[in-house]
Amino acid sequence: MAIQTPTTPMHHPNLVDGTRRHILDLDDFSPEEIELVMATTDAMGEVLGREIKKVPTLRGKVIVTLFYEASTRTRVSFEEAGKLLSADVINVSSSGSSVEKGESLLNTVRTLQATGADLIVVRHPHSGAPYFMARNLERTSVINGGDGWHAHPSQALLDLYTIRQHRGSISGAKVVIVGDILHSRVARSNLWGLTAAGAHVVLCAPPTLLPQEFLDGSYREDPDSSGLASVEVTFNVEEAIQDADVVMPLRLQLERQQAGLLPTLREYSKMYQVDERRLKLARPGALVLHPGPMNEGIEISPQVAHGAQSLIEEQVHNGVAVRMALLYLLVANKEGPPSTAQDTPSGELPRRIRFL
Amino acid sequence: MLEPAPLAPQGENSQRQDASPAERQIMSAQDIRRALSRIAHEILERNRGTEGLALVGIRTRGLPMAHRLAARIQEFEGHGVPVGALDIGLYRDDVALHGTPVVHSTQIPIAMEGKNVVLVDDVLFTGRSIRAALDALTDFGRPKTVQLAVLIDRGHRELPIRADYVGKNVPTALHEEIQVRVEEVDGHDEVVILGERS
Repeated sequence: MAIQTPTTPMHHPNLVDGTRRHILDLDDFSPEEIELVMATTDAMGEVLGREIKKVPTLRGKVIVTLFYEASTRTRVSFEEAGKLLSADVINVSSSGSSVEKGESLLNTVRTLQATGADLIVVRHPHSGAPYFMARNLERTSVINGGDGWHAHPSQALLDLYTIRQHRGSISGAKVVIVGDILHSRVARSNLWGLTAAGAHVVLCAPPTLLPQEFLDGSYREDPDSSGLASVEVTFNVEEAIQDADVVMPLRLQLERQQAGLLPTLREYSKMYQVDERRLKLARPGALVLHPGPMNEGIEISPQVAHGAQSLIEEQVHNGVAVRMALLYLLVANKEGPPSTAQDTPSGELPRRIRFL
Repeated sequence: MLEPAPLAPQGENSQRQDASPAERQIMSAQDIRRALSRIAHEILERNRGTEGLALVGIRTRGLPMAHRLAARIQEFEGHGVPVGALDIGLYRDDVALHGTPVVHSTQIPIAMEGKNVVLVDDVLFTGRSIRAALDALTDFGRPKTVQLAVLIDRGHRELPIRADYVGKNVPTALHEEIQVRVEEVDGHDEVVILGERS
């Protein structure tokens, strides 16, 4: 909000009044939108608990999952979510499609729009790719299913939902995100979502695995990131976990480690692994979340990963309900009142990609 | 009488002016109470008691009405009937016309198989809500019969649907709006008609 041109007070597209067309990150989500997603997820969770877990809501709508990167849970849960809402779901991956022949992202998404796709869920190795798509699509919605190191909003929303389910509310909770924050789109989206929902977020990582802005503290001065002013940063995991309500170790992204960021994996796990001893420093009954897939024995010990405080399987279960809610809120009224976002696409597109 | 409603009116998009002269009460709290008592008797008479009977209220205002009918039935017969809550948001065919409704949970506490189910709603108008409710209900099993109880039947059906129990028939013009206000949601009981041309 801070840097929007002072000329016109622009209407910000949002889910509450049905004007939002894309879900690209949580940095433009209001607390009301987050609450709407949470409440809608409750209703979708009820559908998942039925004997016949299918509703006709999105009958006749076409959802495409376009994945340029490996994924199990995100792709499967979006596909399942679409199918349970009676949409037709088409899965496109980079192998086996014309992407292999060198078709550009722009031509691929234009083709998908021309075939009548109502919504594309995209995962792409390059940060910002979903924004590029959203800018070039007139009729089709985009959900970011993970772009590079940048954002993974549906994962963050399911983390918020899981915390809310167990604590009743997110507001006031101390949430510690531990590990490879530099390469983590989950951490970045969670940062926006958790702070918007009123959580107290602590980031904990070795200095080499933190984005520059968090290393030098400049995130506090950034007028675009005023919501993050309360975020704390520490290199010491014991200090971070002290009295935490939620502990979220991140996967050490072995495939993204350039030489030199870590001395050895063994040293990393010795210094930063969330294990039983360290978890005891947190509040009794603190929740453990992990975005998966896990490297057990590196960022999380097997005892914690499968212990009583772990909600990791529940996260996957909630992932389907959250994604049903997102599909419903974006697609159900697509033929409704012409969205203002269409006229002012910049309103929904990012001010800039941050913290990379 | 014509007090301004303390809470938001029915229908998220309707813009109500408080104490507008175009608002006229057509049922008082007393009238609603009597109508629900009569409907409770009619339900018992038609179904010969409470055996196999279940009430399902359509959110939002059908649900408190279903609970009130269940309380009356308890009073008259000495045993209660199960009450379920149905949210039809995911089954509507007019989402594109009216915007995405906020969906709430459906709670059907008992198996619908073989039950005589009475759907309860506040106003019967086009019949599209009831169509959606019937679809939703069948996802929970196969009831023996489905009956429909409404407080107001205002006509203008767009589907072949009729109510089995009606609190009051109110002939209306299409541009008029009926608002049922119930204590549980709106703070007090009454039914008003809006937008009448004098």
